Amino acid sequence: MGGIPHDHYEPNSRGEKWLHRRLPIVGLMYDTLMIPTPKNLNWMWIFGIVLVFCLVMQIITGVLLVMHYTPHVDMAFASVEHIMRNVNGGWAIRYIHQNGASLFFIAVYLHIFRGLYYGSYKAPREVTWIIGMLIYVLMMATAFMGYVLPWGQMSFWGATVITGLFGAIPFIGEGIQTWLLGGPAVDNATLNRFLSLHYLLPFLILGLVIVHIWAFHTTGNNNPTGVEVRRTSKKEAEADTLPFWPYFVIKDLFALAVILVIFFAIVGFMPNYLGHPDNYIEANPLATPAHIVPEWYFLPFYAILRAFDQEVWVVIAADFLTGGIVDAKFFGVIAMFGAMLVMALAPWLDTSSVRSGRYRPMFKWWFWVFAFNFVVLTWVGARPAEGIYPYIALIASAYWFAYFLVILPLLGVIEKPLPQPDTIEDDFNEHYSGDDGTPGSGTAAAPSPAE
Amino acid sequence: MLRKLAISTTAALALSTGGAMAAGGSGYVENYAFSFEGPFGTFDQDQLQRGLQVFTEVCAGCHGLQYVPLRTLADEGGIGWTEDEVRAYIDENFIEIFDDDLQDFRMATPNDNFPANTGVGAPDLSLMAKARAGFHGPVGLGINQFLYGIGGPEYIASLLTHYTGEDVEQFGTILYENETFEGGLISMAPPLWEDAVEYADGTPATVEQMALDVSAFLMWTAEPHMMARKQMGIVAVIVLGIFSVLLYLSNKRLWAPVKAAAKNRRPAE
Amino acid sequence: MNPVSHAEDPSGERRDFLYYATAGFGAVAAGAAAWPLVNSMNPSADTRAASQMRVDVSGVSEGTQLTVLFLGKPIFIRRATPDEIEAAQAVELGELPDQIARNENISGDVEATVENRFLPPFGGGEGDGAAAAGGWLVMQGVCTHLGCVPLGDGAGDFGGWFCPCHGSHYDTAGRIRRGPAPENLPIPAAEFIDDTTILLG
Repeated sequence: MGGIPHDHYEPNSRGEKWLHRRLPIVGLMYDTLMIPTPKNLNWMWIFGIVLVFCLVMQIITGVLLVMHYTPHVDMAFASVEHIMRNVNGGWAIRYIHQNGASLFFIAVYLHIFRGLYYGSYKAPREVTWIIGMLIYVLMMATAFMGYVLPWGQMSFWGATVITGLFGAIPFIGEGIQTWLLGGPAVDNATLNRFLSLHYLLPFLILGLVIVHIWAFHTTGNNNPTGVEVRRTSKKEAEADTLPFWPYFVIKDLFALAVILVIFFAIVGFMPNYLGHPDNYIEANPLATPAHIVPEWYFLPFYAILRAFDQEVWVVIAADFLTGGIVDAKFFGVIAMFGAMLVMALAPWLDTSSVRSGRYRPMFKWWFWVFAFNFVVLTWVGARPAEGIYPYIALIASAYWFAYFLVILPLLGVIEKPLPQPDTIEDDFNEHYSGDDGTPGSGTAAAPSPAE
Repeated sequence: MLRKLAISTTAALALSTGGAMAAGGSGYVENYAFSFEGPFGTFDQDQLQRGLQVFTEVCAGCHGLQYVPLRTLADEGGIGWTEDEVRAYIDENFIEIFDDDLQDFRMATPNDNFPANTGVGAPDLSLMAKARAGFHGPVGLGINQFLYGIGGPEYIASLLTHYTGEDVEQFGTILYENETFEGGLISMAPPLWEDAVEYADGTPATVEQMALDVSAFLMWTAEPHMMARKQMGIVAVIVLGIFSVLLYLSNKRLWAPVKAAAKNRRPAE
Repeated sequence: MNPVSHAEDPSGERRDFLYYATAGFGAVAAGAAAWPLVNSMNPSADTRAASQMRVDVSGVSEGTQLTVLFLGKPIFIRRATPDEIEAAQAVELGELPDQIARNENISGDVEATVENRFLPPFGGGEGDGAAAAGGWLVMQGVCTHLGCVPLGDGAGDFGGWFCPCHGSHYDTAGRIRRGPAPENLPIPAAEFIDDTTILLG
């Protein structure tokens, strides 16, 4: 399958040959599992396995939860309490599912930021990147609809506010919003369709994950140097790579086990830390909570949504130029989806010929500001929109767009990159030749994208 | 931008004065110590039974526990009664529930839940200890909640013990000044007074003691499987910890020859 | 193979043990984690609690029947009159299509006598025939033919129950006498826990 020369599966026994002629599934699995993988991958390359684990865990726990859940506005909240109190181990399955969403998003953000630092989105891996972005958008949709199902106060009001975003689209917005909700407001019809879609989308994600893996198995993995694996001969390819099994499977499983220690400590000792107390109050369409806050993983984009209010000059200008069609509300929606769009377009906005941030002295700085900026957006998204917070949100949002639309295109022109190693083998050998004296990618326990 | 700056400055000034007033009048939560805090903390069975007594004799006049099945009073890790004690509790307190099939009230059985609310506007207390947060921030960073817990039971205990004794009349209803309740005025009259209940185990029934007991009881109603949950957490952390060590050693051993080979070969010969 | 296979490890045996230990530990841990997931599909605590039910029979006088729903099925609790008991006792065992008591409270296939069909009163009563003397008949109200609920109050040709679906006749001890039903009405696990309370299940 991949372009890197390597041994392929050969059926030996009669049974294997029989099956292989009819369905080469063992060969497909062999090639997938034994894919030549750059041997210098560091601890930021573990999140693929973590994410696959999260997806499987969420699907299994979700399938079990839905067996005990009742999608009706009068019974949904009580049925979740039934799960928490009566179902055997229901509390554990529910808390794992609930906190599993957070683990999923932590892992996906680290995965995305690894890609941004090491230039994993650059040619020829644009399709992998775009599919990854689609998965991310579907994950957000799934998580959002899943959060509605317990039918607590935050479920209800979060759904009201977020579907209200679609109402901001000029002319057709209200029609779309009504269509999404199946009525004039969030109600039983909404709850039922959200359960249906919350069950469906993970399987779409699973399908896209397979395509995502297929895509980067075709191009080969990126690696911390950004230098491609040599493909001129099998011998050279083998000098740059190791088979995925067992070298990277065991390494990734070790990382996964460490991450799960933290995960189960949270599930066991503070399962509601990342949740909101108001969601333990049954939804009440007559009483809005004092502060409606989305789940933490939406906060960066929620901050961007709120940052562009009618006091910002670009919004005033847009409003004036479009004759009032693009008002502040719609501008915020455009900004939020635009923020995701510019990230998806990174392969074409980044003009640098060097892939890895390791050899880009100026890029490094801008990248770490961007990463810090992301944390700031997450934080400011949960603060009330008053006092100094709207300014912080506005500056941070502006930097988000500037990073993709100005900094990445310009850096490729003005930056003078550092020399890169000729081959992955060189990089690997240099790392372990004892020059620095510290054990590196193979044994270091803490993930460190900057090395 | 300038216009916005001017507006937000005025708003900030207005808010800061409002905030100063609020600081004196509401939001105070005392960090009481409960036996069930921390990874190894457990419910104090005697305290839960005292808390149930306070709930039954005081709170149940208005508040319900509609999500809590009566039979769970006999569950391990909680109140820990026998089934006969649960039945006796129902009989002694004449607990009736509304039966939808009969369209009438009937005596509860252990398989029924506690009755729902009876007082107008009194919220259900089943999940109250998880539906309130005693600790916040600072500035939205979540550090206090990490250190002290989310603080639901602390909030309830503080609310019950921090009435100032003052009351005001607004729109025909009497509101009571409370240092914990948001806004500072609560419509629930101070529910506890010295010796409001008589504890069977002889514990002096001070207001604070009753408040702590009923808060602990409400933590149990909100999270009846807390003991099992923490046990699962401990077991999972230990098992995964051992597994991590094994995988670490396996990984090290697996990679050792690869790294040794790399060490012997200098790059760019 | 890969470029490192030639680097022979002197402690190969220890390496093997480590790998086996890791794999074994992982398999056991994964198996242990799977059990709660499987167990979540077993009956939940509320369903299990509902597998027992207390019925107050103080209001059931001679010649009347109380029907309660238990585990999704109707349970007939009838207090037979002395005439009905006598009528049932008068029947020869040989006349019965089904001569087994079908009583869950008595182990083994005992004969379908009145004594083996009726529920003994609280404390077991005194002497032989105490169960029949009490007159308490507790049965699952499901026709053994195709699961319809038979009519009571002396219905049918034998003064007991009659299933309107396909015409099965049961006598005053709930035994099949005529019609397509193959067995007597089954008697569920039940006992008196005081003078007026029957514990089902």
